[in-house]
Amino acid sequence: MTDRVQTGFEETRAARSQWHDVWDQFKTHRGALLGMGFFVFVLVAAFLGPYVWLIDAQYIDIRARNQGPSLAHPLGTDQLGRDTLARLFAGGQVSLAVGITAMALALSLGTLIGVIAGYFKRLDGALMRFTDLFLALPLLPLLLVIIMLFRDTLRTAFGPETGIFILIVFVIGITSWMQTARIVRGDVLALKERDFVIASRSIGTPPHRMISRHILPNVLSPIMVSATLGIANAIITESALSFLGLGFPSDFPTWGRLLFDSTDHLQQYPERVLWPGLAISLTVLSVNYIGDGLRDALDPRIRGR
Amino acid sequence: MLNFTIRRSVLAIPTLLFISLIIFLLLDLAPSDPTANLPLTIPPDVREKIRESLGLGQPIHIRYLLWCNQFFINEPLNVLEHWLGWNSDGDRIRVLSWQTRSPVVDLIVERLPQTLWVVGLSYIVGTLLALPIGIISAYRQYSWFDQIGTFISMVGFSVPTFFTGVLMIVIFSVWLGWFPSIYDTTHQVTDMASFMHQVKQMVMPVTVLALFNAAQISRFMRASMLDNLNQDYVRTARAKGLREQTVVLVHVLRNSLIPVVTVVALGVPQVFGGAIITEQVFKVNGLGQLLIVSIQGGDLPVVQTLTFIFALLIVLFNLIADVLYGVLDPRIRYD
Repeated sequence: MTDRVQTGFEETRAARSQWHDVWDQFKTHRGALLGMGFFVFVLVAAFLGPYVWLIDAQYIDIRARNQGPSLAHPLGTDQLGRDTLARLFAGGQVSLAVGITAMALALSLGTLIGVIAGYFKRLDGALMRFTDLFLALPLLPLLLVIIMLFRDTLRTAFGPETGIFILIVFVIGITSWMQTARIVRGDVLALKERDFVIASRSIGTPPHRMISRHILPNVLSPIMVSATLGIANAIITESALSFLGLGFPSDFPTWGRLLFDSTDHLQQYPERVLWPGLAISLTVLSVNYIGDGLRDALDPRIRGR
Repeated sequence: MLNFTIRRSVLAIPTLLFISLIIFLLLDLAPSDPTANLPLTIPPDVREKIRESLGLGQPIHIRYLLWCNQFFINEPLNVLEHWLGWNSDGDRIRVLSWQTRSPVVDLIVERLPQTLWVVGLSYIVGTLLALPIGIISAYRQYSWFDQIGTFISMVGFSVPTFFTGVLMIVIFSVWLGWFPSIYDTTHQVTDMASFMHQVKQMVMPVTVLALFNAAQISRFMRASMLDNLNQDYVRTARAKGLREQTVVLVHVLRNSLIPVVTVVALGVPQVFGGAIITEQVFKVNGLGQLLIVSIQGGDLPVVQTLTFIFALLIVLFNLIADVLYGVLDPRIRYD
């Protein structure tokens, strides 16, 4: 009798992977679920919206300029008669693409440096001093300087839009990897002393396989949490750059650029500021909530309680 | 402790030198020409002479050393002389702005008060707001106050300052007309009415920055209080019959403030960086605005100096945070 119960229990346990537990814990965090829903909604809207809402974001209809919300233009039009909804979709594509790519770049750089510094003792000191130096750089001023100085060169090399995209993703990426590197290094240092790693080393596993099979899967959870923070950070930084007039050009809308352009008409059409601002804020908020939920879900001390 | 402070300060010097080298090289290798904004009618040989007069003719390492000499020795001496009133030799060369032809230090001294007032006040207000919120949130964990506080602080650091700033302008200047949307730095405080005007124009920029800071600091305060509230010494304090107020506000608070103080110190340079955006929103002509204008005008000396000052602030406050941590927490021994 007891045996049967025991085996049944074992079977259900065996079928569950760690990610099932993580998902179960994640589901209990209401904010995180809402955030996830909203982020998916924004992604779908930005990338599939233009197929439903067929007005071109660049189409100038000067006779329909400065209109309020109507059936033809649900969110109104701007000073050149461009449709705000279409521009929000187009801006969302760029902002989200910048956010996700820059995050991926920062994350790979941070993970690479963190794993190398943690795993190879000889390189640890040098790499961590390097990280500290980067942390001591004034990031926003430097970002502004880099973009101002290299904008024209990259524009001529890759064309106006791709050039700026590459530049912005690159500068955001290389200025936000440090936190990830530090967290990953700390975790790798702790992992290195664990028995399974020592056992694996004792049978002669080469370092590259050690890292890819044993170290990386175990530092995945802090990396995932910093991924969400990275997206939020990159979206805010890109919007800030665009807002300061040093991001994408005006005919290539991003949320930050739309907000910046709307502030010129703040006195007459204050409501125009609202949409891009809300889009940035809610997206960042939702991503931060996902991060919060993930952190709880991936923490084994909290999970299962 | 003194030993540690000295050692730590000496270690900061190579960091600063390295950062200055990065800033110098970045600006120097960049394909931006300071004479590009001059009229096209200037013949090439005159243009070349202008470049030379700006000190661009020499090899790069000489220019870096000259720049260091200028920045670390001459300019501090100039400032010192100005303060103490001696006038030994007036022929020391100043770092000149290419746009205004006036010494960079003078420009910075002109802009500093506005930035310090807005940024400093907002940081103080933000911290003072954050501490009680953090304490109450932790003490009443998962209460409605904590839930709302958590939500607001999440919103606080998710909503960028350029949106909250613009939103406040829309609501309070455009719709309600309570506060001016542009910060007037020429405004002189002479009597009560002008003082009220000064307060009015400071309300919005200070609120925007203060909310942003309060959001972050209150999270730290809450987390730190929660760490301490379950410790054994708290149970001991309660067991020996201390009043709840004493336990929380004396025993727990003092211990929880240790990490928070360092976080507050580490946050100061970031606030200066963040103020660049707020200054742009409210048209405060402080340091951030000076930086933006100089970047747009390709004014390298100003950009280099300002960026380096921001870097100096970061290194300085890192040092302060490290030393404070050792002073406040006797368990931390660096030696």
